[in-house]
Amino acid sequence: MSELALTLRQVRYTNKAFWRNPAAAFFTFAFPLMFLVIFTTLFGSGTVTINGRELNQSTYYVAGMAVFAMITACYTNLAIGVSFQRDAGILKRTRGTPLPGRSYLGARVIHVVLMAMILVTICALFGWAFYEAVLPTGVDLFRTVAVVVVGSASFAALGLASTPAIPNADAAPAVVNATILPLLFISGIFFPISDTAPQWIDTVSKFFPVRHLVDAFLGAFYGLPNFAFSWTDVLIIAAWGVVGLALAIRFFSWEPRR
Amino acid sequence: MDEAAIEVRGLRKSYGDVEAVRGIDLTVSVGEVFALLGPNGAGKTTTVEILEGYRERTAGDVAVLGHDPAHGGPSLRERIGIVLQSTGIDPFLTVRETIDMYAGYYPKRRPTDEVINVVGLREKRDTRVNKLSGGQQRRLDVAIALAGDPELLFLDEPTTGFDPGARRNAWDMVRNLVSTGKTIFLTTHYMDEAQSLADRVAVIAGGSIVAEGPPESLAGRDRMKTKIRFRTAPGMPSPDRQGTMRLPDGSYELRADAGETTKLVHDLTGWALEQGSGLELLEVTPPSLEDVYLELTDSGAGSE
Repeated sequence: MSELALTLRQVRYTNKAFWRNPAAAFFTFAFPLMFLVIFTTLFGSGTVTINGRELNQSTYYVAGMAVFAMITACYTNLAIGVSFQRDAGILKRTRGTPLPGRSYLGARVIHVVLMAMILVTICALFGWAFYEAVLPTGVDLFRTVAVVVVGSASFAALGLASTPAIPNADAAPAVVNATILPLLFISGIFFPISDTAPQWIDTVSKFFPVRHLVDAFLGAFYGLPNFAFSWTDVLIIAAWGVVGLALAIRFFSWEPRR
Repeated sequence: MDEAAIEVRGLRKSYGDVEAVRGIDLTVSVGEVFALLGPNGAGKTTTVEILEGYRERTAGDVAVLGHDPAHGGPSLRERIGIVLQSTGIDPFLTVRETIDMYAGYYPKRRPTDEVINVVGLREKRDTRVNKLSGGQQRRLDVAIALAGDPELLFLDEPTTGFDPGARRNAWDMVRNLVSTGKTIFLTTHYMDEAQSLADRVAVIAGGSIVAEGPPESLAGRDRMKTKIRFRTAPGMPSPDRQGTMRLPDGSYELRADAGETTKLVHDLTGWALEQGSGLELLEVTPPSLEDVYLELTDSGAGSE
């Protein structure tokens, strides 16, 4: 069997195991929608001024939560899941078989990219049904798909890259959340970075990939004049993904770190 | 070509300043069951993990099925099966799905149902892994290792933590594998396990091989004295024989040289019959592998 066929076959098993794990499936799918409802209920009646134009906060949150769902599925859940598998010895066992390591990890990445696409679709449909979000068509749709694929693959690579820094599975949620939560807050996922936000937040957040994913997604998804879509954002996200991949290849451990 | 399955010369492994393996030589022939026996921390797992390709060695030559395991890659891994010391299996797949998944990694596979039968998990084939008992998961470990129909099987302490019944079942399973012509490299710290399964045993202690041979004759076991113990009926005189020791509990003990045991037992029972009585609680104990092992590994020091 070719390496590609092996990888795709592995995606099927990864997917099967994923849906049978109630905790993983629940947190990945229920969390973003729950947050979307909570945030829109609390703050959704107002408007926010971004790049000189007003936008309904509820509409904004549809995009924010779609990005949140992508990052949770690709970065947070992959890093925690792989750490657990590493500590349980599943990775070590796989290493002793002829399955190439890149097929195994590639399958994990492909799986979370597919999950991200489903999640974004659910968020978008939910937003269209309840929060007056307009679904992208034509070039906007193409850009949205491109942002989701590049974004989810890059954050999956960063998730794999973070596992060498995770000493054991018990510490995984703490390490992962410590690295991602501050970025989520300063990048406009939970609170839009409006024109009145301090400049330093804007500067710091633009160094990291989360902000670029938010900007690229808003620009692609809504195609509004105040959210000019820029491929530069996509390139910056991809660059982070490539760095993540290189770090993962260099430092990834198949055995429990003790 | 009569190639050895495993050939090890001068193998060394250091972790920092600690030398875990200090220059060992091993040869395992095709079709043989070889046991590496030793106490915890003796270097067993380090050695087997070097052979499996998980660890790089510090020095020495190693060939596993003609490959250097450090650079064997898939072409070696598709010919070996590995049962690690601790299990790690995806908890959400069923037994059959798990074996199917692993079998798919190998060019040569055994039918999944056949593998399930070999390890005795037929009733559990559609049960998820997280619903299996520890012993059943261990059998699934073996099933996974067999899925690719390996020529050489590594079993690292396969029955540690098993109850006696589960251990017997595991041994029967290994004997089944042997009958299909597999080469098996086993590590264990149980003497009875090595005794009952292995064609050849090497005892490792402190990172060195201290003895090697078939379990029956390991380190001169076949030349060690056999212990004979008995009690006499009340009123009988002491057996009049040189070397007879009277033990504190009132029984007698004699040691017979190899080859002398039959004659000595014959003499003793004849003497007892002449006295119009019999020997009570007669025990004839050949030297056990455990005696040899404790002597070799020094773990019996102070217990005599």
